[in-house]
Amino acid sequence: MFDNPHFVKFLFGRLTWESFPFHEPILVATFVVVAAGGLALLGAVTYFRLWGYLWREWFTTVDHKRIGIMYMVLGVVMLLRGFADAIMMRLQQAIAFNGSEGYLPAHHFDQIFTAHGVIMIFFVAMPMVTGLMNFVMPLQIGARDVSFPFLNNFSFWMTVGGAVLVMLSLFVGEFARTGWLAYPPLSNIGYSPDVGVDYYIWGLQVAGVGTTLSGINLICTIVKMRAPGMTMMKMPVFTWTALCTNVLIVASFPVLTAVLALLALDRYVGTDFFTNDFGGNPMMYVNLIWIWGHPEVYILILPAFGIFSEVVSTFAGKRLFGYTSMVYATVVITILSYLVWLHHFFTMGSGASVNSFFGITTMIISIPTGAKMFNWLFTMYRGRIRFELPMMWTLAFMLTFVIGGMTGVLLAVPPADFVLHNSLFLVAHFHNVIIGGVVFGLFAGIAYWFPKAFGFRLDPFWGKLSFWFWVVGFYFAFMPLYVLGLMGVTRRLRVFDDPSLQIWFVIAAFGAVLIALGIACFLIQIVVSIRNREALRDVTGDPWNGRTLEWATSSPPPAYNFAFTPVVHDNDAWWDMKRRGYRRPLTGFRPIHMPRNTGAGIVLAGLATVLGFGLIWYIWWLAAVSFAGLLAVAIGHTFNYRRDYDIPAEDVARVEQARTRQLAAGA
Amino acid sequence: MVLKFLRIAAPVALGVLLSGCNFVVLDPSGDVALQQRNLVVISTVLMLLIIVPVMALTALFAWRYRQSNTAAPYDPDWDHSTQLELVIWSAPLLIIICLGALTWMGTHLLDPYRVLGRIASGQPVLRSVKPLEVDVVALDWKWLFIYPEYGFATVNELAAPVGRPVDFHITSATVMNSFYIPALAGQIYAMAGMETKLHAVINAPGRYRGFSANYSGAGFSGMRFAFLGLTDAGFDKWVAKARAAGGNLSRAGYLQLEKPSENVPVRRFGSVDPALYKAVLNMCVEPGKMCMSEMMAIDAGGGLGLAGINDTLPLTYDKYARRGAVFGDRPSFVAGICDIDELRSAAPKSLAAPRSMTPINGAGLTPPQGILPAFKVLQLGTLRLPSDS
Repeated sequence: MFDNPHFVKFLFGRLTWESFPFHEPILVATFVVVAAGGLALLGAVTYFRLWGYLWREWFTTVDHKRIGIMYMVLGVVMLLRGFADAIMMRLQQAIAFNGSEGYLPAHHFDQIFTAHGVIMIFFVAMPMVTGLMNFVMPLQIGARDVSFPFLNNFSFWMTVGGAVLVMLSLFVGEFARTGWLAYPPLSNIGYSPDVGVDYYIWGLQVAGVGTTLSGINLICTIVKMRAPGMTMMKMPVFTWTALCTNVLIVASFPVLTAVLALLALDRYVGTDFFTNDFGGNPMMYVNLIWIWGHPEVYILILPAFGIFSEVVSTFAGKRLFGYTSMVYATVVITILSYLVWLHHFFTMGSGASVNSFFGITTMIISIPTGAKMFNWLFTMYRGRIRFELPMMWTLAFMLTFVIGGMTGVLLAVPPADFVLHNSLFLVAHFHNVIIGGVVFGLFAGIAYWFPKAFGFRLDPFWGKLSFWFWVVGFYFAFMPLYVLGLMGVTRRLRVFDDPSLQIWFVIAAFGAVLIALGIACFLIQIVVSIRNREALRDVTGDPWNGRTLEWATSSPPPAYNFAFTPVVHDNDAWWDMKRRGYRRPLTGFRPIHMPRNTGAGIVLAGLATVLGFGLIWYIWWLAAVSFAGLLAVAIGHTFNYRRDYDIPAEDVARVEQARTRQLAAGA
Repeated sequence: MVLKFLRIAAPVALGVLLSGCNFVVLDPSGDVALQQRNLVVISTVLMLLIIVPVMALTALFAWRYRQSNTAAPYDPDWDHSTQLELVIWSAPLLIIICLGALTWMGTHLLDPYRVLGRIASGQPVLRSVKPLEVDVVALDWKWLFIYPEYGFATVNELAAPVGRPVDFHITSATVMNSFYIPALAGQIYAMAGMETKLHAVINAPGRYRGFSANYSGAGFSGMRFAFLGLTDAGFDKWVAKARAAGGNLSRAGYLQLEKPSENVPVRRFGSVDPALYKAVLNMCVEPGKMCMSEMMAIDAGGGLGLAGINDTLPLTYDKYARRGAVFGDRPSFVAGICDIDELRSAAPKSLAAPRSMTPINGAGLTPPQGILPAFKVLQLGTLRLPSDS
């Protein structure tokens, strides 16, 4: 039967033995390490009999806090992959001089820079931002969960599904060699006939479904589930930024889905949306992808702005300066982020009037952003600043981000962009704002809310070490790229002919090594903190003398978050409650209505991932079966009537009494 | 006043910075790139006006209001000040108004499609000077330069006489690329089936780097060329050398050249098919294939109706083994109906040179078309709703 080539082709599509990169020693070594690590992990889980626990308490959970934590774990794991790509690129560019080809052939190098961009944006920054919003926002608005808890679980697993497809491309077939936005015609079937772009398309489509649904879910939660008294203008700033970010997600991700669907039609069905011939127009793709892509960067940065706002006012021990102007600045940025997409391709030949319009709208965004910067500044003014880890990240952000902002506005001047577009100056700019803004923000957020999630603080020593390696490493890694950009060096080059450039690339590689140490220290920090958790324990639930509602409950919060839904009178609700002598209610508990865990999300996402795999490899029977399965499980899930349960009043009382004892012991 | 000061101060500051390194973007040799450099410098200085105080204040406040400094005032409920808010919003606004004006003027004056008005500061282009025309084709992974005026072509080597404006017509026979010579002028994309334009002038003799600034596949790193700024005599010698190289770049020869190749050394073709560039642009180099210009002419005349969809032939030549999709048709193309007409296309429209390069007031610019008539309409009050009549 297997001698029949047609049957083999039917069974495996275009998947053959040659699809596995046995001939690339780097990949084989990576595979061995990943496989060994994975087997060790699976073995440990089996040995300690954790499968049941993981399945019941985590994989099938609909608790927003646990889903948030799982998003963060996904982000950290993918950060390791994305950073491995980064350091390989830095090494290649540092040695490929004087006739040396470096150690990476074009086939491999081009996949690496594509994968680096895709992974860092979609599978590191996005999950971590979504994770923080998931964990923090419902607590901040005094809700018990999100509006659609099952959808939340499903969204998370779809994001994992996308990540699995992208990771799979490392060992089965290959990833796209197109750059992270896969511009056609290069990404069309004529120029990229292999599976790389298909991995890209289906990885992002699967993950994109999750992101869009999660956006709808969180908007709905913020709009409908705020505690009584919390008017829109009393919402914490992080919740405001979460609202704006999710509005951006819901309005922009469908564009990405549509444009990737059109590209998929070009590749699979032979349509000509983005081809050179037959009336196709690649410029349309470039426009559409950036209509998604520009809001995307604000999707990432707005929650980071929210984190900094919370951190600054908490650690300055002071109300946030200019709350109203902060909110309006956020909303203005949200709207303006849709009017600037063309600045990513001033050099595509639009007229001067079009270019200047988009250049000026881009600059206008710097006005609300500048106002935010001043608001943080004047929040520090006349404060009592405690330099804990989250505050250190915030200060590093304020000093770093303004540089990135400045180079960004510079790039918004079209004639300046003509000489700097696609150069390493541009690469330095967007790493400056994404690392200096989003990543610093995420680390500030992790350090800030970690005690809320786990009940103990992160070890400050390793945290500070990580902080300094990251910050110093960032400057070493990216300032040379600014310099190289001004020398007219373009991005994505694999080999160089001008030996005078080498020193700058070596400095940049050194910076990348420092960042690697920063990541290592972060991981050590987690391990050390878990080992020393008793010493780092926080029993109060409010380790930083916080201001917003998440600090009103215990750490970690009970499944139901709040035994009684708080009533809000001020935008620093918890600060206000503490000042007015709030006392925890100790009696009168009632049963609490909660959603029930379900395995439907992980099953659906698993089937979607298999569907993606079938489509990528042209294994049509597999695609058809998994699609039918997807429909069947989705319909079957609608017949699941066991969706909720009540936590009995006695259980609530028991949990709350435990907390009372804990508080008394800690006092 | 400020601008004048900047004009003097900025180069001095830069001069100190530049010593030792080849910051070609900050120290270019072409007038267009020089003006772009000036914009980079002026914008940066404008923004530093606000960035530096913000950074200084951040450090100052962080230090002064540290927890251990109990001498500093502490005002936990102070969260609003209308005056401060006004400053916070208006300071960046003012900077952006200046920068926006600069952007609007600079973008129009330095529009790559605009014919040059000067070859250097204070040296307007003389009417008697005919610009050097160069047709640029981005190929996988090399650059083809055709000199229609001289009837020869080169691969990966470009030259222009110092002080003579150059008009580039740029297209691609493959994926998107970006044509960029940092010393000469800013970049512009090269795209298949489309033509972009660039007007520039080189002001100092020398050998400069040119390359593709948009990733285009495996051979991208090697897709670079030399750009030679030559004296008039040197340029004549260079032209003679290219012509003497012999060889003819015919359509068939082009189809060979077009095939993907990496790190291609300089090649010269003594003569070139005069219709080649138009054929590349209209994607009809392959014999028998309909040109886009022809199809557009047919469509403009009402099209061929349903009959038109049957007018395709299987594609006999392809750079890659296949181009059809999994479920798609066999690779095909529209067959030519008439003789190749690409030479008859209308004379290209171009933007007039500015009458004056004065910055900010932009005296040289005619108001954008379209806005003025609308403006007049509003002024005359002829805008009426149907219910008015």
